[in-house]
Amino acid sequence: MSKLITLNNLPLGEKGRVFKITDKGTTRRRLLDLGLVKNTLVKSLHVSPAGDPTAYEIRGAVIALREEESQYILIKIEGEE
Amino acid sequence: MGLTKQSTGISVASNVFNIEKNSDDDIVIALAGNPNTGKSTIFNSLTGLKQHTGNWPGKTVTNAQGYYNYNNQEYTVVDLPGTYSLLSNSLEEEIARDFICFGNPDVVVVVSDATCLERNLNLALQIIELKKEVVLCVNLIDEASRKKIKIDTNKLSELLGVPIVGTNAREGLGIEELKKCVEKTALGKVNINPIKVNYENYIEESINEIEEEIYKTLDKNINSYWLALHLLNENKSLEESIKKYNDIDNYEFDLLISKVENIRNNILKECNITKLELKDSIVSSIITKAESISKEVVKSQTKEMHSFDRKLDNVLTSRLFGIPIMIGLLGIIFWITIKGANYPSAVLSSMFNMLEGQLTLAFNYINAPDWLHGMLVLGMFRTLGWVISVMLPPMAIFFPIFTLMEDLGYLPRVAFNLDYYFKKACAHGKQALTMCMGFGCNAAGVVACRIIDSPRERLIAIITNNFVPCNGRFPTLIALATIFIAGTHGRFSSIKATLAILLAIVLGVYITLLISRLLSKTILKGMPTSFILELPPYRKPQVGKIIVRSIFDRTLFVLGRAVMIAAPAGIVIWVMQNVAINDISILSYCANFLNPFAQMIGLDGYILMAFILGLPANEIVIPILIMSYMSKGALIELESLTELRTLFVNNGWTWLTAVCTMLFSLNHFPCGTTLFTIYKETGSKKWTWYSFIIPTITGIIVCFIVAQTVRLLGF
Ligand SMILES: Nc1nc2c(ncn2[C@@H]2O[C@H](COP(=O)(O)OP(=O)(O)O)[C@@H](O)[C@H]2O)c(=O)[nH]1
Repeated sequence: MSKLITLNNLPLGEKGRVFKITDKGTTRRRLLDLGLVKNTLVKSLHVSPAGDPTAYEIRGAVIALREEESQYILIKIEGEE
Repeated sequence: MGLTKQSTGISVASNVFNIEKNSDDDIVIALAGNPNTGKSTIFNSLTGLKQHTGNWPGKTVTNAQGYYNYNNQEYTVVDLPGTYSLLSNSLEEEIARDFICFGNPDVVVVVSDATCLERNLNLALQIIELKKEVVLCVNLIDEASRKKIKIDTNKLSELLGVPIVGTNAREGLGIEELKKCVEKTALGKVNINPIKVNYENYIEESINEIEEEIYKTLDKNINSYWLALHLLNENKSLEESIKKYNDIDNYEFDLLISKVENIRNNILKECNITKLELKDSIVSSIITKAESISKEVVKSQTKEMHSFDRKLDNVLTSRLFGIPIMIGLLGIIFWITIKGANYPSAVLSSMFNMLEGQLTLAFNYINAPDWLHGMLVLGMFRTLGWVISVMLPPMAIFFPIFTLMEDLGYLPRVAFNLDYYFKKACAHGKQALTMCMGFGCNAAGVVACRIIDSPRERLIAIITNNFVPCNGRFPTLIALATIFIAGTHGRFSSIKATLAILLAIVLGVYITLLISRLLSKTILKGMPTSFILELPPYRKPQVGKIIVRSIFDRTLFVLGRAVMIAAPAGIVIWVMQNVAINDISILSYCANFLNPFAQMIGLDGYILMAFILGLPANEIVIPILIMSYMSKGALIELESLTELRTLFVNNGWTWLTAVCTMLFSLNHFPCGTTLFTIYKETGSKKWTWYSFIIPTITGIIVCFIVAQTVRLLGF
């Protein structure tokens, strides 16, 4: 079982795999540069004091994304195996 | 006729990129890499120069250059800005790409972070694809082993087909080997067998087709495979650069581009995909390759290799504690600074007093005229003495602590904590970083604004940088807070002073946000652009080196600048005090003229005058003020802050005057150096003027409101 959500809705501490980036402009390219291609594992680490941005673990690096960006990333959550 | 690139490509391109070689036989190496992988540190250890280093992404934007000699061969090193890729066309990427592509470096050293190899390989693969003379420098091996990450460098070298050197740049480990490797690569003494990223078949086929077209038009000197790939990928900025750096015929080039478009359109139709999917496929192939290489060579012994970082982040950026800890840390830094600076300041100041006495005796002895003694001793020497005794101790304490935080990697966390507020102000998240740099020196903060891509947000960051007090203004704030708010004695005086300064800083940050928002709604309209901030791993700072480095590189530098300005300023002030028209000195004349206005905003004419004369450097505001007051009354020996208080009170100061002076110090025109830097960075008189007038008006308004309210309430 798996379901699709946008990255900003990924609960803290949870992991998911990139399914698609829905933006088509500069943001998309920036995200791709960070290695966010399809099937990349992303883990939500912690949220900043005001609730946004959130820090994610992407390919061994910690990257902070604002909601404005993370809403463009569709994530597939893998259910319990 | 085919388009020809100048056959003497090297020297032409070198000129375009402002590369200054010592001789034509110099070997040119370019340092590339992701941000914050230690490029500047490598650069420094190769060349012996001192580029600014710090643990936050994006601080190197300019091309620094240096030189070294190895086995009787001269090398020119160019430090390129840190980038994640060559595909996205941000300003830094264009600089890096164009230099590697058109600047003809003999060797490219790709600096990478051993603790995050996979992501770093993405860029390395892109560079190897462009240029085969690459040395991969796997830096931060000490951090990797601390995190129990093992990298099989032999295997990595085999897979990538280029030489690999592991380094710990901070300790200088592996630098000799790096030099040797660079030498061998430059002289063609190593087997280079560059790895090839495999793209989808249809892409490879199109590349071949485009290459054919390129051969027809462009000179063979250029890497046709790489170029074909990137033209297929549609890269407008690259097209511009090709035109810029090559001597080519626009018409023929446009023809080439339209042929590429045809090929692209055909393939899109044939495979029934969109341009976006084509682009994605290219990126994915590179990243997948990086991933599979990394899987083969990186062995981590613990499952959670960054667990300590995560735990620390969970506290330092947590909802509940993130901001209190930040303010608390800042408070501690200031408290240590104030407390620690007290004693050495007093010692220095009495030393200068004594010296002044000796000098006076000496001047009397040689029967020097009064004006000479006045100008040199009472004017210049006294100002110098004040600047040194008041500035040196706090800076010698503040800078090392600040550098420590910077090295540790705390600054990006501050940006992370504050980003939301900057977003609300329609400003860029990285403005928090440039603001932090402003605490050290506003001119440095303005330069740091280069890390912000969007011109609009960069201007906002530049104009508002001055709202956080720099090291030149801290002494003013500290002195006033200590004598008027805390009282000079008492057990809690330094705590009270710290609180007052913290308040001033919080206010400064608040005003920064407010003005940023105002600018976004008026002259710099727009929405915040995308924000992606890397939170680099915490790194163990080298305390000893930091102290030495921050004292020599920063403290003495700033002090030196202050001294250079203070000395002539001291003379000018003395002259203004002692040259009289109708029995009123020029200084008093000006001060009297300014007085009515100054009074309205809670200052007096002399204070305002001191700020105006302090334009070259904020550090000299207080000394100017002291000299002006002293020239009016009896000359007293200023040996302690208590006497300073007496002097000020005798001249009509109340706590309100102190508060308004502090506020005005926080919000007024930037110092001369900063203004000059702003002019250089923006290249525009208009924005320099705005940077001058906006803080000044803000200061006037704030002081006016405070002064009038307090007076109205009759405190
Ligand atoms: N432990 C450790 N720290 C390093 C090493 N190389 C650089 N650093 C630190 O990493 C941070 C970033 O380095 P810097 O040269 O400024 O990176 P750049 O942004 O790539 O130029 C600084 O705090 C350096 O002191 C290394 O090999 N080991």
